[in-house]
Amino acid sequence: MTSSDLTINTDLARQILTGFIKSEITRVGFTRAVVGLSGGIDSALSCVLAAEALGAENVLAVRMPYKASSADSLDHAQLLIDQLGVQSETIEITDMVDPLINLDPDMSKTRKGNIMARARMIVLYDRSEDFKGLVVGTSNKTEILLGYSTLWGDMASALNPIGDLYKTQVRQLSRGMNIPAPIIDKPPSADLWAGQTDEDELGFTYEQVDHLLYLLVDQRYLPEECVEAGFDKSFVDKIVTRIRRFQFKRMMPIIAKISNRTIGYDFLYLRDWGT
Amino acid sequence: MVRFPSMKLNLALAQIATHLGDVDSNLEKHLDLIKQAKAQNTELLVFPELSLTGYVLQDIVPTVAHHPTNDDPVFKHLLKASRDLDLVVGFVDEDSRHRFYIASAYLSGGRVLHIHHKVYLPTYGLFDEGRFFAWGDSIQAFDTKFGRVGLLICEDFWHASPPYLLWLDGADILLFSSASPGRGLNDHEKLESARWVERVNKSYASLFTTFVAHSNRVGYEDGLNFWGGSTIFDPRGELVTQAPYQTEALVASSLDLGLLRRTRARLPLLRDERTGLAHRELGRIISSREGGWKGHND
Repeated sequence: MTSSDLTINTDLARQILTGFIKSEITRVGFTRAVVGLSGGIDSALSCVLAAEALGAENVLAVRMPYKASSADSLDHAQLLIDQLGVQSETIEITDMVDPLINLDPDMSKTRKGNIMARARMIVLYDRSEDFKGLVVGTSNKTEILLGYSTLWGDMASALNPIGDLYKTQVRQLSRGMNIPAPIIDKPPSADLWAGQTDEDELGFTYEQVDHLLYLLVDQRYLPEECVEAGFDKSFVDKIVTRIRRFQFKRMMPIIAKISNRTIGYDFLYLRDWGT
Repeated sequence: MVRFPSMKLNLALAQIATHLGDVDSNLEKHLDLIKQAKAQNTELLVFPELSLTGYVLQDIVPTVAHHPTNDDPVFKHLLKASRDLDLVVGFVDEDSRHRFYIASAYLSGGRVLHIHHKVYLPTYGLFDEGRFFAWGDSIQAFDTKFGRVGLLICEDFWHASPPYLLWLDGADILLFSSASPGRGLNDHEKLESARWVERVNKSYASLFTTFVAHSNRVGYEDGLNFWGGSTIFDPRGELVTQAPYQTEALVASSLDLGLLRRTRARLPLLRDERTGLAHRELGRIISSREGGWKGHND
């Protein structure tokens, strides 16, 4: 097992992904994009790609802090906004989410985090309508496969340029696109409470899990072959279970078929139909 | 000495992006490129797979089908244009019993010289062609004013037998068309799908001492990118020209058809090909009940 497995040609990735954004936004009559900029690396990369594809003036970066969000997050987002020259807005979500959160003093961190993620989705889709730009997604392949995201929250977007890049590949492309070092180097975090990091919460590092996911998903290894390749059996079992368990997050709601022709089963068209 | 009617062929590849299911706008682009190619003295212009319709058609298929006749609202324009230069276009062909095929038509002098129906429909991985299209059942070379030619479409040449059969059937110029989705990004300078296709096209040119031209499309359909990089290889297996990756292009080259003679004079692979041996062994393998061929027998 070598670390080179996941290495990508960043110039080629950049060309394909910016072309994707430009094609898929302009062919449906739009010229602009909206990106929620958290201060983290994933949204930074989506924002950079969108700015390169559409022109910085056609991208609206929206910062959406909660009162508990770290000041670093806002600063890091601002670093990127200044570097790119994209349009920007800051809309604090505290007043949106606290009335709901305050209804239940025993609310779990997960529930609070989901509420925040979905409030941010509402803000982005509102800005989308006002700015006449499509929402560009910021979920990477690792988190989509692990289900480490909020359904209809941070997963919601019109198009996602980075959803086929593992987290370690996101880092590599981000370096290739000159994203400020503090954004690339800091520990990934959902920033829902002070000191939270993804890797603490997940219980493994992205480096580890990306190699395992790459073998399981991209290379079609059987779980036992991953164990033979050197991964701990309990880690392999945990990840295999997670992938299966969170399939529902990767799908539109399932529709009960009763007619002869049903959306999703035998009514089949790409979204680009007619364009 | 046997000569081709012309020892040069000005061949061009139209590496275009298409609108999914919008035949009128795709036709307009065809006519525009034909005009550009004509201005460059192109004699034969090859468009990619499904160039008139787009690729991931799914349930759009029956609504974009055409048949290349003079009264067809799309083909009447292309047939007229073929009076100036020969054309290969990609489309959905509907037969008289309403079977739909992925097809390429060779148009020349206002007539249809040949229609090829794709014989291999990939239905695995990201592909679902067998669900929406009928399988072609013929692989035939045909005569043009530039010599004998063969058409294949994408997956057709991922299998070795179709190019081999065209070679035996007399084709000295193989015209391939594709709508090849880009995939397999790693640390290499090219996508895995691009490397694979280039490798086999170069191999066919080398093994069969023929010209192999490949017209691939570009653009996006939902999340799929089409990588372009259209190529022409000569009978020595050398790259004559290549279009850029990922962007639209019209690439042209003046092919020296005399290379066929010169290459085969020193490397008589065609002369020495033992078709009877291949035929006998194929017959044995297909009919063998034990240890032999276990795949399709159609």
